[in-house]
Amino acid sequence: MQRPIHTLIITAATLAGVVIYPATADEALNRGAILSASCASCHGPEGRSPGAIPAIAGKTAEDLRVMLEDFRSGKRRSTVMGRHAKGYSDEEIQLIATHLGKQK
Amino acid sequence: MRHSTRRHFIELIGSAGAVSSMAAWPIVAGGGQSAGRVVIIGGGFGGATCAKYLRRIAPAITVTLVERESSFVTCPFSNAVLGGLYDIDFITHHYDALRDAHGVEVIQDRASTIDPAAKTVALSAGSTLTYDKLVVSPGIDFQWGAIDGYDEAASEQMPHAWKAGPQTLQLRKQLEAMPNGGVVIIAAPRNPFRCPPGPYERASMIAHYLKQAKPRSKILIYDAKDTFSKRPLFEQGWKALYPGMIEWIPESEGGAIEAVDVRSMTVHPTFGDPQTGDVINMIPPQKAGAIAQVAGLAGDGGWCAVDQRTFESAVHKDIYVIGDAAVANPMPKSGFAASSQGKVCATSIAASLSGLEMPEPSYSNTCYSLVGPDYGISVAAVYRAGAEGIVSVEGAGGISPKDADTAFRSAEASYAVGWYQSITADIWG
Ligand SMILES: Cc1cc2nc3c(=O)[nH]c(=O)nc-3n(C[C@H](O)[C@H](O)[C@H](O)COP(=O)(O)OP(=O)(O)OC[C@H]3O[C@@H](n4cnc5c(N)ncnc54)[C@H](O)[C@@H]3O)c2cc1C
Ligand code: HEC
Repeated sequence: MQRPIHTLIITAATLAGVVIYPATADEALNRGAILSASCASCHGPEGRSPGAIPAIAGKTAEDLRVMLEDFRSGKRRSTVMGRHAKGYSDEEIQLIATHLGKQK
Repeated sequence: MRHSTRRHFIELIGSAGAVSSMAAWPIVAGGGQSAGRVVIIGGGFGGATCAKYLRRIAPAITVTLVERESSFVTCPFSNAVLGGLYDIDFITHHYDALRDAHGVEVIQDRASTIDPAAKTVALSAGSTLTYDKLVVSPGIDFQWGAIDGYDEAASEQMPHAWKAGPQTLQLRKQLEAMPNGGVVIIAAPRNPFRCPPGPYERASMIAHYLKQAKPRSKILIYDAKDTFSKRPLFEQGWKALYPGMIEWIPESEGGAIEAVDVRSMTVHPTFGDPQTGDVINMIPPQKAGAIAQVAGLAGDGGWCAVDQRTFESAVHKDIYVIGDAAVANPMPKSGFAASSQGKVCATSIAASLSGLEMPEPSYSNTCYSLVGPDYGISVAAVYRAGAEGIVSVEGAGGISPKDADTAFRSAEASYAVGWYQSITADIWG
């Protein structure tokens, strides 16, 4: 189904007065977003963990990339992150880090 | 066609750093009106996630969530409620944030029928909703009658507690009332069923309670299978924390229950002696929730086949099935998996309604189990879409190490609670 695409960067408030997430690149329809989607199940919405699992909001893309690679290699010890990080290629880790590096 | 649309879109966005991996989601709106109407049946792990993520990916889409209950009591951590670690409020969540902060229209009603040709959903109170896309995430229903003598009425005496809420409280009440030295029977079903490690976490949490309150009691797990999820870790944990208290009877040793007698509180295995219990937790075989059956979305086994990249039903166009109801193996029927599927499904629907290309999906799961309050174990996996459907990424995931020390088990117990707080905030927050 094709629709003409009127790309309006609509601010949240124009949408029937409902305030929701601003239309930022974070909510992108791209592979970085879909690869990163499950991180929030453990690290909380936008990486702001409400509980015992460390928050990942506010980290730079470069820090995230290094941490994920170190979890994957075992250089950085973990209970579960190593098992997750092993599921992603170098390229995928870069996409995840770039995507999440924009979370404040 | 699709590619040219995407290029067109990027041109429209301009160069503002929007190309390559961070192309912004186009807010597709013909002069401010809705970019499409999505109706979601079921406000549990799959449906509520899908609703929230659709709104955040594409705010111009109108999302209506139909949920028959006014609040949602999670099965995750309901075993910890049985063990006395938490009360029922800890596992009860509300729809206010979805409605007020995320712009989801929440209707408390039961969806009674679906008309895939007219693209409408009838609600039991009498109204009808029309949709461009419909998401069905109704969870499970039970195969009443598959075990002779076990029907909905019998579940008052022998609770399943496999949907959380009143059943959880009923089972807890029975545990509190039973005598020291009594017998608790847990009957676990054959695969596939909701939450593969669930019956064994339940045995652990009940043992935790009995150890303090009724230490001479026993737990018998009658199993319709010959092995189970995270078995070496559970058995190791039981030995360490509850020596001699839990006995597991596999199918090959007469573990499969074929009949129950509620009046004499007896279970009858397919072979071997009948067994009476003071408390009997009968977990019957399951199938996709009733609405999926009524709408013809489910196949022979009672579950719904889908395109595992988009979660569109293999039967009806523009209807998507996620969560426990869907056939998504090797993903287990877990809340984490349902939520992961909800996100992939939201992405696929947003892409489809905008005529854009769906990015290559990625899925994940982790099931934490509490063996004791300070003893946690987990099983994890990362999945991708292969030619034949969802596949586990090799070399990733797996269960917690068998030789881990007490610090590791205790860290995983606190991460289990952390996971619960994060995922429920991600879904209902
Ligand atoms: C004891 C136990 C422990 C568990 N522990 C874990 C765990 O630690 N981690 C984990 O990941 N998973 C766990 N699970 C599994 C998890 O609960 C399920 O996999 C998850 O709930 C599936 O999500 P769903 O969206 O498919 O269904 P549900 O979450 O059950 O949501 C379905 C919703 O749809 C509603 N509904 C159904 N039909 C209709 C209708 N016709 N109209 C309107 N509304 C309707 C229901 O009221 C319900 O709210 C556990 C399960 C059990 C039983
Ligand atoms: C199953 C839960 C779970 C999932 C899913 C998960 N994490 Fe983690 N993460 C943890 C835990 C627990 C830790 C602490 C280290 C450990 O013991 O594994 C952690 C640690 C981290 C850290 C280090 C934080 C610090 O400051 O020390 C980063 C970075 C991280 N995770 C990123 C991610 C990303 C990115 C994803 C998604 C691709 C992800 N995690 C998915 C549970 C999870």
